[in-house]
Amino acid sequence: MDCGTEVRRTEFLPTDQLSTLIATLRADGFRTIGPTIDQGAIIYDEIESADELPRGWTDRQEAGKYRLEKRDDDAYFGYVVGPHSWKRFLFPPSAVVATADRGDAGWDLRTPDHEPPRYAFLGVRACEIAAMKVQDRVFLEGPYVDPIYKKRRDAAFIVAVNCTQAASTCFCTSMQTGPRCKGGFDLALTEIDGGFIIESGSAAGDDVLQRLPTAPADETAFARAESARQQAVDQITKTMDAEGLRDLLLQNLDHPRWDEVATRCLSCTNCTMVCPTCFCSSVSEVSDLTGDHVERHRQWDSCFNIDFSYMNGGVVRNGIRSRYRQWLTHKLASWHDQFDTSGCVGCGRCITWCPVEIDLTEEVAAIRRSPGDPSRPAADTESKP
Amino acid sequence: MNPPIQQTLPPIARKQRLAVFKFASCDGCQLSLLDCEDELLAVAEAVEIAYFLEASSHFEPGPYDVALVEGSITTPHDAERIQEVRRQSRFLVTIGACATSGGIQSLKNWADHQEFLRCVYARPEYISTLNDSTAIADHVTVDFELRGCPINRHQLLEVLKSLISGRRPRTPTHSVCLDCKRRGTVCVEVAQGIPCLGPITQTGCGAICPSYDRGCYGCYGPAAQPNCDSLTSQYLNTGSTHETLIPLLHNFNADSPPFRDAGNRLRQSAVLDSSGGRP
Ligand code: SF4
Ligand code: SF4
Ligand code: SF4
Repeated sequence: MDCGTEVRRTEFLPTDQLSTLIATLRADGFRTIGPTIDQGAIIYDEIESADELPRGWTDRQEAGKYRLEKRDDDAYFGYVVGPHSWKRFLFPPSAVVATADRGDAGWDLRTPDHEPPRYAFLGVRACEIAAMKVQDRVFLEGPYVDPIYKKRRDAAFIVAVNCTQAASTCFCTSMQTGPRCKGGFDLALTEIDGGFIIESGSAAGDDVLQRLPTAPADETAFARAESARQQAVDQITKTMDAEGLRDLLLQNLDHPRWDEVATRCLSCTNCTMVCPTCFCSSVSEVSDLTGDHVERHRQWDSCFNIDFSYMNGGVVRNGIRSRYRQWLTHKLASWHDQFDTSGCVGCGRCITWCPVEIDLTEEVAAIRRSPGDPSRPAADTESKP
Repeated sequence: MNPPIQQTLPPIARKQRLAVFKFASCDGCQLSLLDCEDELLAVAEAVEIAYFLEASSHFEPGPYDVALVEGSITTPHDAERIQEVRRQSRFLVTIGACATSGGIQSLKNWADHQEFLRCVYARPEYISTLNDSTAIADHVTVDFELRGCPINRHQLLEVLKSLISGRRPRTPTHSVCLDCKRRGTVCVEVAQGIPCLGPITQTGCGAICPSYDRGCYGCYGPAAQPNCDSLTSQYLNTGSTHETLIPLLHNFNADSPPFRDAGNRLRQSAVLDSSGGRP
């Protein structure tokens, strides 16, 4: 996939031809993953036709609460991001990274290298493209390249969707990641009456686009698409002031707000699991009963798991205060030092899916309202666990 | 292909001797061992099963390398027997909610057990029981706890594998939520408003209940450092009642301290509520 930032070609795709897009991608050998309704939510799963999309449905989201609702129209993409993110396809929740078999001549060590499926992701939002770019920095652009991520990411075809509405939990405008997709896609759709404005953003996107039964997009269609996209911007109410956020947090490691949030936080890991940029995993060796066959398993893990900071002799972050603070200060502060970007793209998932309604934007705002003494050096020592 | 590495583990001198003991319980956890169909032969080959009445009436006297102990202590006789089991066992593993926290039968700890005896038995004077159902750890030192009602056979196999290779067993202590997310289950609490104990419950089952649109009912007992009060006040604020939440906590692991205490606090606040806020 080419992460070009320019739109190369723009057309109009009639509503009933969305299925042709999916069929074309499938004929090209892609496994098409898109939004679909399951377990009372819009999740990402394999879809074979446009009939499986949540047409006519929307989501109502607030801190700690998600509900599906019927729309009064039959829009295909009239909702925002849900409990899943594309990271479960690019960075699978569990994977075997190595195997070892004991034989007469000793151990035979292997790295499984199955060819992963070539995914086409349908309905990727701007904040989600931004999240992929964050994970690219983590998995591809550092000294160690993650081969599992790389194969999947290189092969993926991205059909983005410009949001035409926002949830009360969205704050991409604060993080400057959306709602308009400005690159990092092969194709991008904006849903309007009767069809979609479809743009291509890569050579692979051009190739698919020229095989679709499109019509030229006229001025009216462009104007409609523009106002649909503006509607999403106008609906965004949540903000997070990102200015100087790194220093603010690192200068306030002993702020009383950490104690307060620790009385509410369950350390349940949900926020990190739903976050499209969180990338932590743990690796363990699993043997059979004889010990002759051993597998090395990698699984999603979380800084909220007490065992995650276990080192020889004990647990480093042995309290909820310490674990919540680790999460927030990594995501919003030390991520900048490590990856030269914020770890937050403003998708709002951690707010919706926190069972006790903890909202990171409120935590940040509370610290901003009564910051400690900024002349104190940004301590990296943990004075209190 | 990578070249083979010339290194093997030292052979184990002799087979480890395994014993399985039962106290007040339903036998479900012991059955998990028999349920390891595929691995059962390998288990029988790798360890010497010296005492396991559920599987064989033949038994060997102690001492044992590993004792798997199922069930809680509810009679004076069992309170003595567990001491003997401890004396005979090098590494004692409790299996299941009964052995680890007193089990569902610990609900009698909140009631008058003499009254139960009168209701159930024609001749209660022949029954010799204790007032409370207590965990094995309340009586003897426990080396490792395997949670669950019943235990998970993969975790049981992990215990057996660790015993064979001479290392400590590894079982995670994090919340059920982490496993819901790994398997892609949508949170039943957030999406459907079902009160779920997952955030404060230790994983081990693989997050089964939420995948069937049910809330977790805590059968693996409390996760590490559970914040029970935050969860219960959240559920009370979003429409759950004391009548739902107290039995949710006072359930299979009713007597595990975090669930016991959080449930007791709810009982107290329910009393306060019904008396118009006055004690
Ligand atoms: S921290 Fe929260 S809002 Fe930010 S990217 Fe992660 S889930 Fe989305
Ligand atoms: S902030 Fe919320 S979702 Fe995250 S660990 Fe704490 S309680 Fe769980
Ligand atoms: S369903 Fe229960 S266990 Fe699963 S994520 Fe939600 S609260 Fe946690």
